[in-house]
Amino acid sequence: MIEFRDVTKRFPDGTVAVDALNLTAETGRITVFVGPSGCGKTTSLRMVNRMIEPSSGVIEVDGQDIMAGDPAELRRGIGYVIQAAGLFPHRTIRDNIATVPMLLGWNKKQARERAMELMETVGLAPEMGSRYPAQLSGGQQQRVGVARALAADPPVLLMDEPFSAVDPVVRENLQDELLRLQSELGKTIVFVTHDIDEAIKLGDRVAVFRTGGHLAQYDEPGVLLARPADDFVDNFVGRDRGYRGLGFVSSSGLPVGELRTVEVGGSAPEGWSLVVDRERRPLGWHHGGTAGGTAGEENLVPGGSLYDAGSGSLRSALDAALSSPSGQGVAVAADGRVSGSISADDVLAALAVARRDDAAA
Amino acid sequence: MTWVLGNLPLIGDLLVQHIVFSLVPVVIGLVLAIPLGWLADRTRAGRTIVINLSGLLYTIPSLALFVFLPAILGTSILDPINVIVALSVYTVALLVRTIADALSAVPDLVVNSATAMGFTPARRFVGVDLPLAIPVIVAGLRVAAVSSISLVTVGSTVGFGGLGRMFTDGFQRVITAEIIAGIVLVLVLALVVDTLLVQGGKALTPWERAGETVRRGVEA
Repeated sequence: MIEFRDVTKRFPDGTVAVDALNLTAETGRITVFVGPSGCGKTTSLRMVNRMIEPSSGVIEVDGQDIMAGDPAELRRGIGYVIQAAGLFPHRTIRDNIATVPMLLGWNKKQARERAMELMETVGLAPEMGSRYPAQLSGGQQQRVGVARALAADPPVLLMDEPFSAVDPVVRENLQDELLRLQSELGKTIVFVTHDIDEAIKLGDRVAVFRTGGHLAQYDEPGVLLARPADDFVDNFVGRDRGYRGLGFVSSSGLPVGELRTVEVGGSAPEGWSLVVDRERRPLGWHHGGTAGGTAGEENLVPGGSLYDAGSGSLRSALDAALSSPSGQGVAVAADGRVSGSISADDVLAALAVARRDDAAA
Repeated sequence: MTWVLGNLPLIGDLLVQHIVFSLVPVVIGLVLAIPLGWLADRTRAGRTIVINLSGLLYTIPSLALFVFLPAILGTSILDPINVIVALSVYTVALLVRTIADALSAVPDLVVNSATAMGFTPARRFVGVDLPLAIPVIVAGLRVAAVSSISLVTVGSTVGFGGLGRMFTDGFQRVITAEIIAGIVLVLVLALVVDTLLVQGGKALTPWERAGETVRRGVEA
């Protein structure tokens, strides 16, 4: 657990970067600091490992005042992933990852073995161990950055806009990877970003900062989207927040209706039918016109997104309905087999029920 | 050519002397310049003082230094220590600025990341800052070494050993072959030392060429 109590940072020139911050980052959770530039989110993060020292107030990591000991020692116990990876260009990937274990006095062999283990954890091929950072792509360097931060197995991980320098596709990849890692490792993570979508995707709780170092709202992402505290948060959360908020509403109780399917190559009736393979996995849609026809692979109409009836949110259900050419969303079971259809009207009805329950609670 | 063949032992002695007189100061100068360059890199005031002082030192004519050092050090006029000290002073003067510049050119991102990993300042200097400064330091060393090799010949005019003796002696006794051989040997020595420094620098910085190879990495 990381606790900020009345933490203020005033720089020598008089600027107040962080103003009386009170916040608790829960153990084993991802807490995201988000906000426009100059809002104090990065300063707040860097105060945790004393890269910047607070002017007043107390920061505790797992009950220990961070100002109590030696800063270098404190930092070895806190993983840190920096913008654009910040790898050491003169060290091989393996030695980059082994940095903190070596600083902690492990022997070289142990440290290198640990490095190889972590390369596997973050999905890097072992032969990359002997390369230098300049020989890796941006996304790979970022993975090394994460592996390096995890090397000494610190309970706390600070991530300072780690994915801001890679392209959107790779970024999304890295985000998914981080969530997967976190589900295995359960670290206490503080993650700084200026990207609200990244914050909402990754955060168990999201702290929205406003210019001048004030905390505007600190809530779960679903709450942030549904009930922004004020106009600033509303604006910052951005457009489509109603739609995006559906991603945090469970779809349990959403009715799954009948869906007309036809096996590929079979004869289809008039109108829309979903074409499936032998295992009842969806392949695409077929429009039989007014007289029906053969649902061959060559005349398939691409389908929309699929809705996982077991674990999906209302957002994925609505998107499945809206993106389907027939207007019927395709619901699938966990094994990918078609389980039925979803209509947009049903999603809206389910939302109304969820709202009513929410208001009653 | 016959003069050269007839005086091989003498030439050998002078060459060894020349190497010692010119390269020992480069090593001493480097060792002194690293902490001074570090100091200059740390504070603005330190930088101003160290760099101006080293600039001033470099403007002292070498001949004057050779002549005045015995008075300052209390050594005899032809004590080789005089040459060593004088050339060490020049090397320091040349390298301090180079090292300060090389250290300040290490990217902030890398320095910050090292600090955040838990490097102590001293360990960071040795483990991160200094290795990354090697390419620039080697460039400075090449200038220092070559200038040191040529300055030793100036020392010969006031009586010190080294290949410069072959110029003074050759002029006095009008032996053209001796003068030419001296010039050629100084040039060859400078070229060999320079090449060794370049190769040594490359061997110490394998990562510098890693970036030039095709990025074989598969996109993450």
